Amino acid sequence: MNTTNLVLLLLGLGLATFFYGRQKAYVVSKSHGGMRNMHSLPSQYGVMVSIWCALPALILVLFWKLAEPSVISSLLDSSIPAAVKELGEKSVGLYKNDIANLIEAGGISSDPKKEAVAERWIALSAISSWALLACVLCLAAVGAASAIRKIKPDTRARVMVERVVHWFLIICASIAILTTVGILCSVLFESFRFFQQVSFVEFVTGTKWSPQTAIRVDQVGSSGSFGAIPLFTGTLLISAIAMVVAVPIGLLAAIYLAEYATPRLRAYAKPMLEILAGIPTVVYGFFAALTVAPAIREWGELIGLSPSSESALAAGTVMGIMIIPFISSLSDDVITAVPQAMRDGSYGLGATHSETIKKVVIPAALPGIVSGILLAASRAIGETMIVVMAAGLAANLTANPLEAVTTVTVQIVTLLTGDQEFDSAKTLAAFALGLMLFITTLILNVIALYVVRRYREQYE
Amino acid sequence: MSLGATENSMNNSTDNSASDTVNTAAPRKDSTSIVKRTLAKRYAAEKRFRFYGAAAIGISLLFLAVLIGSIFLKGWPAFIETQVHIDVTYDTQTLGVENGATSQELKTANFYLLIKKTMRDMFPDVTERRERKELYKLISTDAEYQIRQNLIDNPNQLGQSHSFWVLADDELSALYKTGGLKDIANVTHTRLSDQQIAWTHTLEEQGRLRKKFNATFFKNGDSREPEQAGIRAALIGSILTLLITFVLSFPIAVATAIYLEEFAPQNRWTDLIEVNINNLAAVPSIVFGLLGLAVFINFFHLPRSAPVVGGIVLSLMTLPTIIISSRAALKSVPPSIREAGRGLGASRLQVVTHHVLPLAMPGILTGTIIGLAQALGETAPLLMIGMVAFIVDIPSSVTDAATVLPVQVFLWADSPERAFLEKTSAAILVLLVFLIVMNAAAVFLRKRFERKW
Repeated sequence: MNTTNLVLLLLGLGLATFFYGRQKAYVVSKSHGGMRNMHSLPSQYGVMVSIWCALPALILVLFWKLAEPSVISSLLDSSIPAAVKELGEKSVGLYKNDIANLIEAGGISSDPKKEAVAERWIALSAISSWALLACVLCLAAVGAASAIRKIKPDTRARVMVERVVHWFLIICASIAILTTVGILCSVLFESFRFFQQVSFVEFVTGTKWSPQTAIRVDQVGSSGSFGAIPLFTGTLLISAIAMVVAVPIGLLAAIYLAEYATPRLRAYAKPMLEILAGIPTVVYGFFAALTVAPAIREWGELIGLSPSSESALAAGTVMGIMIIPFISSLSDDVITAVPQAMRDGSYGLGATHSETIKKVVIPAALPGIVSGILLAASRAIGETMIVVMAAGLAANLTANPLEAVTTVTVQIVTLLTGDQEFDSAKTLAAFALGLMLFITTLILNVIALYVVRRYREQYE
Repeated sequence: MSLGATENSMNNSTDNSASDTVNTAAPRKDSTSIVKRTLAKRYAAEKRFRFYGAAAIGISLLFLAVLIGSIFLKGWPAFIETQVHIDVTYDTQTLGVENGATSQELKTANFYLLIKKTMRDMFPDVTERRERKELYKLISTDAEYQIRQNLIDNPNQLGQSHSFWVLADDELSALYKTGGLKDIANVTHTRLSDQQIAWTHTLEEQGRLRKKFNATFFKNGDSREPEQAGIRAALIGSILTLLITFVLSFPIAVATAIYLEEFAPQNRWTDLIEVNINNLAAVPSIVFGLLGLAVFINFFHLPRSAPVVGGIVLSLMTLPTIIISSRAALKSVPPSIREAGRGLGASRLQVVTHHVLPLAMPGILTGTIIGLAQALGETAPLLMIGMVAFIVDIPSSVTDAATVLPVQVFLWADSPERAFLEKTSAAILVLLVFLIVMNAAAVFLRKRFERKW
């Protein structure tokens, strides 16, 4: 019986015991002078029985399934030929992989020894799954029976049920923390392995990036070099172009929408701008690579320049278009939050509308605008698809926006989408880059959130 | 300035000469004249500023129009396919089978030869080997499978003639459906030779070409041949992935939001949870891909390229969005509802499940739909967990290898064949339609069920 069916069976049992428990509560209440003498409602008794029946069993299934592979694998060790074991840990792992593939393929092999091991594996798995089924059914039965016996007037079923739900809520809320821990652990652990092979100083100060490590020792350029400076400058260049496009347009659009636009225009223009934020980044990437980049190349050639067909300018401009709505909607929010009294005061002194905006509203909203710009910058740095499709792969150390540069995210994608061993410095380098990216965006976000929080305290 | 001077200048504000005579004593110190002198400039600045704002909005909307317009212009031909009418004689000799052959024998029969023979019969004057090869290239390799399937379904047709509309090759199709054939002098990009173009003209004169709605595009998985490539596999993959995302993220996000809004005590743990959620909302999506690769694939050994892993990663990514909007929805339910419930003896959990949650549900669903729309368009984390495979078969379960629409767009955008360009744009259009439908549903929910307290 596979895990999915087992879980479905347990959920079914849970549902059945709920109805039984509820019914039972009615029956019990009759001999105690009616429902009002019971501590909880009938359905709460039902839920209590259902929780006792299904929850321990589900937890058992979870732990069993987590432990099963390693237990079976260690039991199998005795049947693995000594010749394989002598070759070390790695070949035992390979041998086990072979067996796993063999089982998937139907268990027929040219090697009778392997077939025997495969049979033992299948037998062990079968024993495990039957044992699990037996244990789970026992646990469910015992749980349900003891809970049914507890259906009495003085059992506080509601309190018990609510406590379980409360813990469920806490566990769900903690998933956010678990995710952060998971991200940190995965990038830190792999980066640590990377920095054992390549020194940290070389990584953050080197100016040559060519991660191609040779497969054979005698190949040319057999050692890759991992100097990440060209990637950082490339990322900065593209993000800077994006900000140059997005900040003035986004900010002016926000000011116009918040201060000048009629409610009718605002009702149409604001959602239209937000469409820009809803378009998938892969679409922007396609647009950048096939429409904007050739156009820039043509115009550049018209005025006598020779832009690369993967110029930083194309990727940066399109990325700028993408983040216009982030800046405009965040700025719009803070500009509308500036108290009207401040504007009225400025008008009363004779300032024009634009002077009021420039001298009063913008300075008052500045912390919010700055944090919006920081969030947009963090988005630009972490943006992947536009640069993967429209920026180059070669790591050039240049500040010329017409040349091709590569970015951190592009390199992460190229390093991890090919076929290679997971332990090579090349794949591990992607995690080191991921760590840099995570830290950079984290710092930007923390600053932005801090600024926003302080600003809010000021005006509310 | 003195009060008298202000009154004076106000009275004479339209009369310049009068105010001049009054202020001759100290013309420099008089603010009114300075204001007047600079007024035109200031009004011009006002107008300019206003124009900049309007221009910014105009430019953004222009970008949007160019983006959508260019994709639509590139994409529309992909919804049309070109078919060629051929008359096939199921000739036992060419096929290499005998009368009364079993379907197994028919499956392995030489239909490639039959197609070649059919094409030769249509153009009997083509004799040279090289020319013939060019001739065969005019129709898609799909024709072979089509006539084979027909014979396997109707074995009694063996030895008889039958006519078919089969798929044309992508280059011929591109030329024909965009009207380039009639205006051949102006066509710049085509890989068809002059000879092939001449044959195409003959085919058209004989009425053997027609345009049809491209159902293949919605029925097939990916293919190396542009005219046979479709988005079905990617579409199903997207739906399966989104299903997993919804099943995981919705309950967890709602539970988190309820805990934080209704139950959480003010302590460090709660603060930590809130800070984490706010930060996760701004973590680049590719980092979630790294998490998926390191934790779910390398540590838990979940299958690569499978919608189940994609769904888990995307749900972790969309959780903050849904949590934040769910909290806003819960917060907008007025405290009086909770107090009334508590006053009637309901427990806190009962108040939440019976009153607060139903009232907040439209807001929560709106946030969920927006989060899922985000997940539907996401590409980068899925590249990390190997959902970039070439998928021909339609995935049937969440553990099958699959790809999703945005990744399909990414793969096609990289293909050298020109016909994939229109396929890419068409796939984008399909993706955009889904996103528009989802966002429209969110707006509808908000408008229809939003309550003002």
